[in-house]
Amino acid sequence: MITEDPKHQDIHEYLAEFEDIPGTRVYTAARARKGYHMNQFAMSLMKDENRARFKADERAYLDEWPLNEEQKEALLARDYNRCLDLGGNVYFLAKLFSTDGIPFAEAVSTMTDMSFPEYREMMMNGGRSPEGVRSIRANAASSGETNEGAR
Amino acid sequence: MARITAGVASSHVPLLGVASDFDKDRDDYFGPIFAGYDWTREWEKAEKPDVIILVYNDHASAFDMKIIPTFAIGCGERYKSADEGWGPRPVPDVEGHPDLAWHIAQSLVLDEFDMTIINEMDVDHGLTVPLSMMFGKPDAWPCKVVPLAVNVVTYPPPSGNRCWALGEAIAKAVDSFPEDLNVQIWGTGGMSHQLQGPRAGLINKEWDNMFLDGLIGDSDHLRRIPHIEYLRETGSEGIEMVMWLVMRGALGKKTRALHRHYHVPCSNTAIGHMVLRPDNGEGLDMTGSETVSAIAAE
Ligand SMILES: [Fe+2]
Repeated sequence: MITEDPKHQDIHEYLAEFEDIPGTRVYTAARARKGYHMNQFAMSLMKDENRARFKADERAYLDEWPLNEEQKEALLARDYNRCLDLGGNVYFLAKLFSTDGIPFAEAVSTMTDMSFPEYREMMMNGGRSPEGVRSIRANAASSGETNEGAR
Repeated sequence: MARITAGVASSHVPLLGVASDFDKDRDDYFGPIFAGYDWTREWEKAEKPDVIILVYNDHASAFDMKIIPTFAIGCGERYKSADEGWGPRPVPDVEGHPDLAWHIAQSLVLDEFDMTIINEMDVDHGLTVPLSMMFGKPDAWPCKVVPLAVNVVTYPPPSGNRCWALGEAIAKAVDSFPEDLNVQIWGTGGMSHQLQGPRAGLINKEWDNMFLDGLIGDSDHLRRIPHIEYLRETGSEGIEMVMWLVMRGALGKKTRALHRHYHVPCSNTAIGHMVLRPDNGEGLDMTGSETVSAIAAE
């Protein structure tokens, strides 16, 4: 039984807040649209024969998909932050991680400013603290207050 | 009649499946994680559930971007383990319970939850890892499973409040199924983790434990946590915890905790696990050992 009428949430306000999280690309409808073919390409790597064809000639395989040049380059470079910006989703890109035969966590570490051993070490020590990475706005406000300069 | 006798919450990190499949589950890294499930494995042997309603999400395995159901229920006879790029996990097929599943699906639609029905699909680590954690490596899973898939990948996923309400409706549906069945509901995924972007690796022990606390007792405040809070506090993939609220919603007004486990890290993720009993005077102990205290507590 619903004990409190949940307030209707405005979709524009809802989406706007996502842009305030540091170092995070929320997989919104806009990203999903932009990255549709990129993610479907990644999905195709679930099949052995496709993995083999991709590995034999990555560029030629990508050219079979309706991707723009930027997306192809980001995929070829394994620039995963760029892939996220261009609409990629990590669960789909994971098919590329496994095609490359690298552990999920290693691929994830390439999106941070750490090497894989440093990243692993951070995880062993309890992970990245949420302190200071909750809100871009809040960070700007507090650095303004303490006069520590803009980020 | 069928009834929901317990709720189980658990992370479903794919690496746990690898550890189980390759017998690494007692090494230095995985030992402390699996040790937290030993209690539950013994308890499940005593409880002998007939069916698990297993709330999970697909990770680009059975569903790609072509179709994105918000809530989908598996009404099929059986499900095979999905090939997630490394070959399918060597685990038994998952046997469905089409009679119960269709009964729940129909009841939910009448209750105004517009469910997607799935008759055929493969199930990925989201569903098979919790089975491995709770049952180990049997030749066949000891019970049937009704898969309940939630979209937590493409935004917006359902609200926590909606997930909780779905759980309430599932409990009602189970109650009206004529066959005597011992049914458990499992909520899986989480806890804090972020798998993408420069902020990857985020873990929030404090928040996770606040969430675990909130599942116990008669408070329903967790259902009103907005998505933005999961994102900020628990990382972009922490949103999976809304699936735990389907489980919690199905347990009625009050619960008590039978078992709790928390461990950091497993790969990129905080592992959380809890076993809950509905505590509304039902006297639902299936093992025979707790009945007295359950009734006395009323
Ligand atoms: Fe998941």
